[in-house]
Amino acid sequence: MAVEVRIPTILRQYTDGAKTVEGSGDTLSALVDDLESRHPGLRDRLMENGELRRFVNVYLNDEDVRFLDGVKTSVSDGDSVTVLPAVAGGA
Amino acid sequence: MRYDSLLDSLGRTPLVGLPTLSPSPTVRLWAKLEDRNPTGSVKDRPALRMVEAAEAAGTLTPGATILEPTSGNTGISLAMAAKLKGYRLICVMPENTSEERRQLLRMWGAEIIASPAAGGSNEAVRVAKGLAAENPDWVMLYQYGNPGNAAAHYETTGPELLEDLPEITHFVAGLGTTGTLMGVGRYLREKVPGVQIVAAEPRYGELVYGLRNLDEGFVPELYDESVLTSRFSVGPRDAVKRTRELLELEGIFAGISTGAVAHAALGIARKVVAAGESADIAFIVADGGWKYLSTGAYEGTIDEAEDSIEDQLWA
Repeated sequence: MAVEVRIPTILRQYTDGAKTVEGSGDTLSALVDDLESRHPGLRDRLMENGELRRFVNVYLNDEDVRFLDGVKTSVSDGDSVTVLPAVAGGA
Repeated sequence: MRYDSLLDSLGRTPLVGLPTLSPSPTVRLWAKLEDRNPTGSVKDRPALRMVEAAEAAGTLTPGATILEPTSGNTGISLAMAAKLKGYRLICVMPENTSEERRQLLRMWGAEIIASPAAGGSNEAVRVAKGLAAENPDWVMLYQYGNPGNAAAHYETTGPELLEDLPEITHFVAGLGTTGTLMGVGRYLREKVPGVQIVAAEPRYGELVYGLRNLDEGFVPELYDESVLTSRFSVGPRDAVKRTRELLELEGIFAGISTGAVAHAALGIARKVVAAGESADIAFIVADGGWKYLSTGAYEGTIDEAEDSIEDQLWA
């Protein structure tokens, strides 16, 4: 088992078009490093100076990681991670 | 209750218990029925507040043209107010919004400028900002950045909730402009130590996230992360399931975004039960289901409903 990561359309150029990729790591940061080893370029699109980029939202099992421990949030096998660009909501 | 006019009847909406959906007598869910506002949505509060503030500031004068990016409800609220007060209203609205919303806007006399479906409300905001720059005499109230939006909830929705539910432990609402969560959240945090402010963010289909690059992303100017305690992303399947449960178990006919909010509220309730604690969880019913009947969310199987709202702006 590993962690499933859902990739938004805008970042699929780094995953050969794959909608989901798998990775491993104890924390979100380690998971991103692992993904970077197979999908070069992805890390810089997600993170900047060790933090998530302003217009990138990452959800661990549907919860925004900024309200968990950010990039230090613990992840485990079987978890689901979703990456989405920040967009305007309905109003 | 008697009011001098429709506009005066704004707010003071009922807070109803959900005895069937609540997991136990000590972990209770409460729904604030914002569909009971003049045009049937929570947006009447910020819309009127923003109009009145602009009138008081002298930026909105008789005969003026109001411009606003909207996926529906704020536009409908503004259209009603504009009709009564004698303003022209132009709404910039994404193409992938339900027909009912367009009909209502036209009925109240608003003009609609369509923005591309790809990119959703992001595009509506971008188009509206462009039009505002080209037409400096138009007044864009700009709900994503207008402090009056959050202030409406700080001044009315928050106090109403606390008055009706002094024991409130959690507040849950949908995240769009962020106005409801910022306003109610700030108010409750000042009055209720330890209160949890929880955002339920609709997760749309891929079309809506169709930006050309990440730098086109958008965070509403009103958003202050420190007001929230957690934020959940809720997809269409869970939103539709909960919308139907609200109707079947509690008789509440709500819009699809309310299903997403109820899903987050129930998730919290489950955690509270697991921790052996008690809670009073209030959430916002932003509107009724009427404007979304044509989306297909209310009939057929959950799979069919999920497919039919895939690329629509359902919240």
